[in-house]
Amino acid sequence: VSVIKAPQLEIAVLVLGMVILMFEAFAAKIDKRILAFAAIAGLVVILVATFFVTPVPAPYQAAGFWNFYTADRLSIFFKQFALLTTILVLIMMIDYAPVVRSSFSGARDGLGEFFAVPIFTCAGLMYLVSAIDFIFIFVSLELVTISFYVLVSFTRRNPVTLEAGVKYLVLSALSTAFFVYGIAWIFGATGQTNLQRVTEALANADTNQSAALLGMVLVLVALGFKIAAVPFQIWVPDVYQGAPTPVTAYLSVGSKAAGFVVLLRVLRPFLALPQMQRLLILIALLTLIYGNLAALPQGDLKRLLAYSSIAHAGYLLIGVVCLDGSAVVFYLVAYLLMTLLSFAVLVIVAQQTGEQISDFDGLGQRSPFLAFAMLIGMVSLAGVPFTAGFLGKFFIFYAAILQRQIGLVVVGVITVGCGFYYYLKVIRAMYWQSTAKLDMIPVTGLSRFAISALIVATIWLGVYPQPILNMLKR
Amino acid sequence: MVLFVIFCPIIAAILIIVGAPARKTALAASVLALAAALFLLASFQHLRRDFQHVTSFTISPEWHLSFTTGVDGLSLAMVLLATIVTFAAIWFAGKIEKYENAFYACLLFISGGAIGAFASIDLFFFYAFHELALIPTFLLIGIWGSENRIAAAWKITIYLAVGSFILLIGLILLYQSVPTASRSFDIRALEAAAGLGQISPDAQRHVYLLLLIGFGILISLFPFHTWAPEAYAAAPAPAAMLHAGILKKFGLYGLLRLAVPLLPVGARHWTNLLLVLLLGNIIYVGLVTIAQKRLDWMLGYSSVMHMGYIFLGIASAGILGVTGAVILMFAHGLSIALLFGLAGELRKRTGTLIFDELGGLAKVMPFAGLAFGLGAFAAIGLPGFANFAGEIMIFFGAFRNGWEIGSFHIFQVATVLALWGVVISTVYMLRAYRKTFMGALNERWNGLVDLRPGLRVPAALLVGALLCYGFFPQSFVRMITPAFRTYLSANRSHLTDMQTCNHGAVRRPPAVGLDDGNARQGRGYNELARR
Repeated sequence: VSVIKAPQLEIAVLVLGMVILMFEAFAAKIDKRILAFAAIAGLVVILVATFFVTPVPAPYQAAGFWNFYTADRLSIFFKQFALLTTILVLIMMIDYAPVVRSSFSGARDGLGEFFAVPIFTCAGLMYLVSAIDFIFIFVSLELVTISFYVLVSFTRRNPVTLEAGVKYLVLSALSTAFFVYGIAWIFGATGQTNLQRVTEALANADTNQSAALLGMVLVLVALGFKIAAVPFQIWVPDVYQGAPTPVTAYLSVGSKAAGFVVLLRVLRPFLALPQMQRLLILIALLTLIYGNLAALPQGDLKRLLAYSSIAHAGYLLIGVVCLDGSAVVFYLVAYLLMTLLSFAVLVIVAQQTGEQISDFDGLGQRSPFLAFAMLIGMVSLAGVPFTAGFLGKFFIFYAAILQRQIGLVVVGVITVGCGFYYYLKVIRAMYWQSTAKLDMIPVTGLSRFAISALIVATIWLGVYPQPILNMLKR
Repeated sequence: MVLFVIFCPIIAAILIIVGAPARKTALAASVLALAAALFLLASFQHLRRDFQHVTSFTISPEWHLSFTTGVDGLSLAMVLLATIVTFAAIWFAGKIEKYENAFYACLLFISGGAIGAFASIDLFFFYAFHELALIPTFLLIGIWGSENRIAAAWKITIYLAVGSFILLIGLILLYQSVPTASRSFDIRALEAAAGLGQISPDAQRHVYLLLLIGFGILISLFPFHTWAPEAYAAAPAPAAMLHAGILKKFGLYGLLRLAVPLLPVGARHWTNLLLVLLLGNIIYVGLVTIAQKRLDWMLGYSSVMHMGYIFLGIASAGILGVTGAVILMFAHGLSIALLFGLAGELRKRTGTLIFDELGGLAKVMPFAGLAFGLGAFAAIGLPGFANFAGEIMIFFGAFRNGWEIGSFHIFQVATVLALWGVVISTVYMLRAYRKTFMGALNERWNGLVDLRPGLRVPAALLVGALLCYGFFPQSFVRMITPAFRTYLSANRSHLTDMQTCNHGAVRRPPAVGLDDGNARQGRGYNELARR
C-alpha cells in the first residue's frame, strides 16, 4: 500500500500554485524567473511522486468523493502527462519571459502570474482526467478553460493577442454552454450524471435513447471545440497564432489531450449506438481533410502548427472511432513530445528572427542544434519511422485496418502525403535556404537540456515503444 | 557481423555530424562495411536454407515485434551490392564545397538504411530502415542537386512517402491476415503461416495489390515512374548511384521476400496486370528513353526501363526467372551506379550533359570512355557481363512458364515483347555512347582531363564485379537458390491444394535442375486439369 493517494497529487499542485502566487504578491523584489524554477522543481517532485501511486479505480457504486473521481491507470498516466507538459511549458515560458516583460510597461512585469497560472491549469487537467461524473468533468474543464482565458491574452498590449483572447473567450463560453445543455439532456433522459450509471441507464429499455443521444451530440460539440475537430476548429488558427507561444504549445498539447481523455470516457456509454460511430467517422474525415489541406499554403510556422494540430486531431479521431484507447494514448504521447519540441525551438528562434517559415532560413548553419531539434520534430510530426510520430500513426492505422475502416485509411494515407509536404517545408527552409544573418542563436542550459531530452525521447519511443505500452496494459 | 554491416555506416554518419572528418570517416566506414560483407559471403553456408548470422532483440512481446537481423542468400546478395555501391559512391563523391559533413552523413544514412532493410528479418524494421533514406534524399537533392533540384526533390519525397504509406497499409494487412495466434512481424513466422495455408486467398489478393502498388511506386513501376528520371537527373552523382543502384532494389527485394513467397494466390491473380505494367516499363519507357536529349535523363529513364525485366522475372514466379531477377538486380545496381558515377564526373568537368554539346570525349578522356562503354554494354546485356546472365535466365524462365500450360499464352507474348527491350536499350545506350564519346571533339572540351588514377579504382571495382559474376554466375546462383527453394517447394504443395487457382496464370517451372522437371511439371498439370 503506497503512502501517497491519488487525490493528494492535485492538492499538492494547487498548494504549489498558491505558494507561487503568494510569493509573487509579497516578495516583489526578486527575479520572477526564480518563481518559475521553483514551480518546475515542485512539479518535478509531484511528477516523481505519481510513480509511487498505485492505480485504484473508483469502486463500483461508490458514494461521495469516489462517485466522481477515479484513480485508474489511465488517469494516473494522464496526470503524469499533464505534469510533464506543464514542466516543459514552464521551461519554454522562461525563454519567453523577455517578450512578456517587454509587453508590460513600468515596474510590474506580470511574470509572476505568467508562471503561476499554468500550475492551476495543470491541476485542472489532472482533475479532468480523473473525472467520471459529468458535473465534475464540467467543473474541472472550467478550471482549465478559465486559466487559459488569462494565459491566451496575457501579453494584452499586443492587439493580435487581444483578438486571440476575445475569440477564445467567446467561443469557449459558447462551447461550455453546449456542454451544460448536453449534460442537462443526458441527465433528463437517464437521471444520472455518473458515467457508470449513465451506461447502465442506457442499457435499460425504458430510457429515452434519442434524448440521451441528443445530449451526447451536444457534449460532442463542446469536446470538438476542445480537441479542435472540424467543424469546431474556426478559432484554432487565430488563437494559436495570437497567443504567447508557450501558451499555444500548452493549448495544443494539454487542452487537446484532456479533451481526448474526456472523449474516450464519455463516449464509452454511447458506443453501442451505431449513429454515434457514423457521426464520429464523418467528423474524423472532415478534420483530416481540412487540417491537412489548410496547412499546405501556410507561411507562418505558428499558424502551420495550428493547422497541423487540427490534422493530428483527425488521426486521433480515427483511433477514437476504432475504440482503440491505447492507440489514442500512444499517439497523444508522441504528439506531446514532437509538438513541444517544435514549439520549444520556435520560442527560441522567433525571438531572434520571427515566426515565419522564411525566418528559419539557414538555421542549419546558424544553430545546428536547434535545426536538428526542429528536424526531428518535423520528421516525427510527418511520420517517418524511428520517431514516436511514426509509431503513433502505425498504431492508429493498425486499428483502422483491423476495423476495416477503408474510407478513413484511404483519406489518412492521402493526408499523410500532404503532411510530408508542409512539414518538409520547414526542413527545406532550415537546410536548403541560405541567410545573410550568420550570428549564433543563444540557447540556455535548461532549454538545451529540455530539447535534448525531447529529441532523445522522440527517437527512443520510435524505436522502443514498450515502456508506454506496458504502462497502458491493463 | 550483420549488425556491424548495418550500423557501421550509420554510426559513421553520426560521428560525421558530431564533427569527425567527413571524407575519411565515410571512406573508412564504407571499406569496413564492404569487408564485413565479404566476410559474410566467405562464411556463408550455401546449402543451408534458413537465415544465417541471426541476432535478435525483443522489442514488444505482445506484438511479436523484435529487432531481428540475419542473411540468407537473397539478402546477402543485396547486402553485397549495397556495400559495393556505397563504397564506389563515396569514393566518387570527392571534395564537396558546401556542407561536406552533411553530404557524407546523408550518403551514409541512405546506405545504412538500405543495408538494414535488406538484413532485417522483422517486417517492421524492414520497412522502417528503408524510410531512413527519405529525408537524406530530400536534402541531398535539395541542397546539392543541379538545376531542376527543387521540383525533383519535392516530387521524389512526396511520391516515396505516399508509396511507403500504401506499403505500410499492405504490411499491416498482411500482419492481420494471419490468425491472431500466429501473428508476428517475423518474416520466418509469416512464411510458416503461409506454408500452412493460413492466409486466405481473399486476403492474399488484397495484400498483393497493395504491396504491388506500394513497392511499385518505390521501384518506379510503369504508371508510377515519373519521379525517378527527374530525381536522378537532379541528384548529385553519388546520391543517384545509391538511389538507382541500391534503394530501388528495396522494392524488388520486398516483392521477392514477401509477395512471391507469402502470397502465391495473390501473385497469380494479378499476374496479367503486372505483365501489362512491366511491358509499359520496357516498351513505353524504353521508347521515351530513346527520345532523351540529355545523358542524365537518359540514364534515369534507362534505369526505370530495366526494372521491367526484373518484374518479368518476379512475375514468372519460377525459380529460374526469380534467380535471374536477383542476378539482374545485382548487375543493374552495379552498372547503373557506374554509369551515374561517370556521368557525374562528366558534369563536374563540362557542366553540361546535353548530347548535342558533347562528343568525341573519348579522345581526351580515354579511361572514362572505356569505363562508360563497358557500363553501357553491361546495361544492354552483352554476354560476359552479369546483366546478360540475369536477362537470359529471366527470358527463359518467363517463356517456359506459359509453355507448361500448353498453349501460346500471355506470358510468351510478354516475353517476346520484352525481348524487344534489348533492341531498344541497345539503340539508346550506343547512341548515348556515340554522342558523348565518339565523333568530332568539340573545341570547348580540348582541355578536359581524364579520371585521375584514384578515381579509376571504384570504376574498376564495379566493372570487375560485373565481369566476375558475368563469367561465373553459377557462384551467385548457388548462393540464392536455396533461399527460394524453401518456399517454392512449400508453395508447390500449397498450390496443388488450392481449388481456386486460375489455370490461365502462373505455372511454376521446375526447380533449378532442369532434369526431371518436365515430367514432374507435366504430372502436376495433369492433376490440376483432372480437377
